[in-house]
Amino acid sequence: MSVAVPLVEHFAGGLDAPICLTWELTYACNLACRHCLSSSGRRDPAELSTAEAKAVLDELQRMQVFYVNIGGGEPTIRPDFWELVDYATAQRVGVKFSTNGVRITPAVAERLAAGARGCGGVPRSGYVDVQISLDGATADVNDALRGEGSFAVAVRAMENLAGAGFAGFKLSVVCTRHNIPQLDSFQALADRYGAQLRLTRLRPAGRGADVWDELHPTAAQQHELYRWLLAHGERVLTGDSFFHLAGYGEALPGLNLCGAGRVVCLIDPVGDVYACPFAIHDAFRAGNVRDAGGFAAVWRSSELFRTLRGPQAAGACGVCSAYDACRGGCMAAKFFTGLPIAGPDPECVKGFGEPRLATVEPGSAPRPSPDHSRPAGVPVTLGRR
Amino acid sequence: MSLLDQAWELAPQVAVRPEPFGALLYHFGTRRLSFLKDRRLLAVVEGLAQAPSAREACAGAGVSPSDMKAYERALARLAETDMLRERTS
Repeated sequence: MSVAVPLVEHFAGGLDAPICLTWELTYACNLACRHCLSSSGRRDPAELSTAEAKAVLDELQRMQVFYVNIGGGEPTIRPDFWELVDYATAQRVGVKFSTNGVRITPAVAERLAAGARGCGGVPRSGYVDVQISLDGATADVNDALRGEGSFAVAVRAMENLAGAGFAGFKLSVVCTRHNIPQLDSFQALADRYGAQLRLTRLRPAGRGADVWDELHPTAAQQHELYRWLLAHGERVLTGDSFFHLAGYGEALPGLNLCGAGRVVCLIDPVGDVYACPFAIHDAFRAGNVRDAGGFAAVWRSSELFRTLRGPQAAGACGVCSAYDACRGGCMAAKFFTGLPIAGPDPECVKGFGEPRLATVEPGSAPRPSPDHSRPAGVPVTLGRR
Repeated sequence: MSLLDQAWELAPQVAVRPEPFGALLYHFGTRRLSFLKDRRLLAVVEGLAQAPSAREACAGAGVSPSDMKAYERALARLAETDMLRERTS
């Protein structure tokens, strides 16, 4: 057998359909996390209707997209959430949904577990998976970021899932300066509930742009995370989040490639298609699923995606020995910190990002858009004092 | 006995998507993504369920005897990751 072109080049050049995509179902959310990458809070009146959402799922099925990562906002508070999940899985489009746990009651957990067990001896396990978001292994670290009471809600959801026998759900953590010291505790927490740990990178996207300076891991913590992932990476999911860390020398498990517009993309609640979940800004908007030709036309022929699938300029990174490993890092992280796309990541492990960040005029970085945050002053607690 | 002498089929939870370079395989149970790196291997995999043995599936897809070892290794990797399962009937 011979392979003329390395597989990674096929992915860099884009596939006929995404491998998976993220679909934020609603901007409505019961929480107001300080680092929310979609600036969620209030529902947008233009959000896709149930019929429009089903039409998108029909397209995904025709394009043989393996699964959708459903998020928000808090997706489970959409009244048609379970109807859409059932519609997707009935045609073998897998669903992984991210939730803060607010609706994962014992009854819902039982329903999920029953679906995984299948019926009539036909196993259906795997078509629905759940990711519980938690950004601290303790209530103080988590609630400072996600709101008072949110740790207790997530833990109750995990108890309910474990109690119903829904094994292997994901405990999903965004890595910050405050929780990097808790990596082992997160693993222990996941083990306690029979869950798998998923770690992802904090991006300066959405409201995350406002808190990135104060929350992104320090250089020393990045190295600590890298060492930890090398030691534990086979058990831990990362959503290919940390490919910029490959610049340290050893590749982490995964494709180690920015998949934006190449193998992944984002559909937002109003149907806008963006290159990736961390790039909700007009500069990365490829089209809308309501346009003629629907999602498939956007994926296959948008100007933006064609550009992303072409050769990328390395800029200042071209002379760096690590460029083949990190490929310049995360496009969205550069964009929202005011750095040029052709050039180093703000968290460049070789240290080339920081001096450049220092030259960015305060307030000159592009602002994430749109913003569905609730007005200040609206209480965001969950009824616990 | 060689894997090639046994009968195999794709695991029921595996979805196959042909691509210009070969195919993508996704296992809904293990959540693992695999790649078939050429179209002939895809033809072999697609032929498994109807063939009395993996060797015959390879032959049916036009695999030459000298390439048989390489295909055996590729099928073994897929079997190890539960993408394929042995067929009993």
